[in-house]
Amino acid sequence: MSLMEGMLRIVEENARDQGFGHVRTVILEIGKLAGVEVEALRFAFEAVADGSIAEGAALQIEEPPGLGWCVECEKESPVESRYDPCPLCGKVPLNITGGTQMRVMALDVE
Amino acid sequence: MCTTCGCGQGEGRIEGDEHPHVHEDGGGTVHSHAHAHDHAQGPGQRRMVQIERNLLEKNDAFAKINREQFVQKGIFVLNLVSSPGSGKTTLLTATIDRLKPRIPIAVIEGDQQTTHDADRIRATGVPAIQINTGKGCHLDAHMVGHAAERLNLPQDSVLMIENVGNLVCPSAFDLGEAHKVVILSVTEGEDKPLKYPDMFAAADVLLLNKVDLLPYLEFDVDKCLDFARRVNPRLKVIRTSATTGEGLEAWVEWIEVGAHSAKVIRGEALSSPPCRA
Repeated sequence: MSLMEGMLRIVEENARDQGFGHVRTVILEIGKLAGVEVEALRFAFEAVADGSIAEGAALQIEEPPGLGWCVECEKESPVESRYDPCPLCGKVPLNITGGTQMRVMALDVE
Repeated sequence: MCTTCGCGQGEGRIEGDEHPHVHEDGGGTVHSHAHAHDHAQGPGQRRMVQIERNLLEKNDAFAKINREQFVQKGIFVLNLVSSPGSGKTTLLTATIDRLKPRIPIAVIEGDQQTTHDADRIRATGVPAIQINTGKGCHLDAHMVGHAAERLNLPQDSVLMIENVGNLVCPSAFDLGEAHKVVILSVTEGEDKPLKYPDMFAAADVLLLNKVDLLPYLEFDVDKCLDFARRVNPRLKVIRTSATTGEGLEAWVEWIEVGAHSAKVIRGEALSSPPCRA
C-alpha cells in the first residue's frame, strides 16, 4: 500500500510538471528479489488509483530477474533467491547485484 | 503546519499529539506534501513519459535527513526488527537497565495500536515515545523524524527504535538508523532467515534471543545461523536471554562501541566545513 502511494505521488508530480491529465498505463519495475508480492501490489494499485489521475489505468509490471556476483568466479549469474549458491562453482552466497529494484519506469499518458 | 517538512494532517499518531500529525492514507506512510497547482491545460497528446524513479524515494529522502541530523548530534541509532513475540521489548528493557548508567538513551516504539510498550520503556526511567501506525505495518522515516524531534535527544546518546513486529515491510524502509538489528527467538522456526531473507540481508546484527529455552526445544542453532549467513555472510550474531542475562554484556558493549564511533564522527564533522551539496 505504501509503495503504491509512492507510485501515485510520482505520477501526480509528473502530471503537474509535464501537463498530462490522464494516465492510461503505469509501467513499474519490481525486481524478483524486491520481496514484494506483485498480486498484492495490483490490489493496492486499484485502491490507491481510485479517484486519482490514474483511475482505471492499466498496471504493467516488469519483473527483472535476481542477479548475483560470485567473488570466486568473478561472474554474474541469475538467481531465484537471495541465498542461491553460485550456479558455476556452488559457492554460497553471492553478492546480490540485481533484482531488488522497485521503480516507476514509464507512463502512457494523454 | 510542521516547520521541518511542511506536513499538516493525517491519521498515524505520535503519542502526545493532540491532533493526528503524520500523514497517513490508510498505509501509515508519508504522503506528498506538494500543494495542488491549477494548471490550465486541455487534454494532451497521448505519449510515453519516461520516469525511472524509486517507489521509496520519499521515505529515503526523509531517512537521509534523519541520518544527517543523527550524525551531527553524535546519536547512535538502532532499528530493532523482528516478528511479533520475539521478546523485543523485554530484551530492550534489560538492555536499557545495563546501558542507562553509561550512556543517555531514548526509545521510539512502533506499534499499530496502544502505548503499552512505551509505558514499559518509561518504567525503566528513560524517555520513550510511541508511534501508532494505525493500519500501517512498519515505521517510516517521516514518522521517526518527528518522534525524534519530540524526544529532543541529547548529543552523543543512543536512540533505539523498536519497529512494528513484522519481518517483511520494515526491511525496505530506511529510518536513518546506523544499523538494523534483527531479533529472532529460538521459539520461532530456525528457517526464518530463508523465509524472510530481505530482513536478514538488511540487518547488520542478529540477536538470537530466548537462548535460555534451548534445552527444552528442538531448535538447531547451527542450522539457523547457517541459513542466516547464506543470506548475509557479514551478519554479526549475539546469543541473548533477557531472563538469564546471557549475551547482554556483549550486546551492550557492541552498542557502546557504536555510540563511541558516532561521537568521534560528530567531532570530525564539526572540524570540517559543512557540506552544502
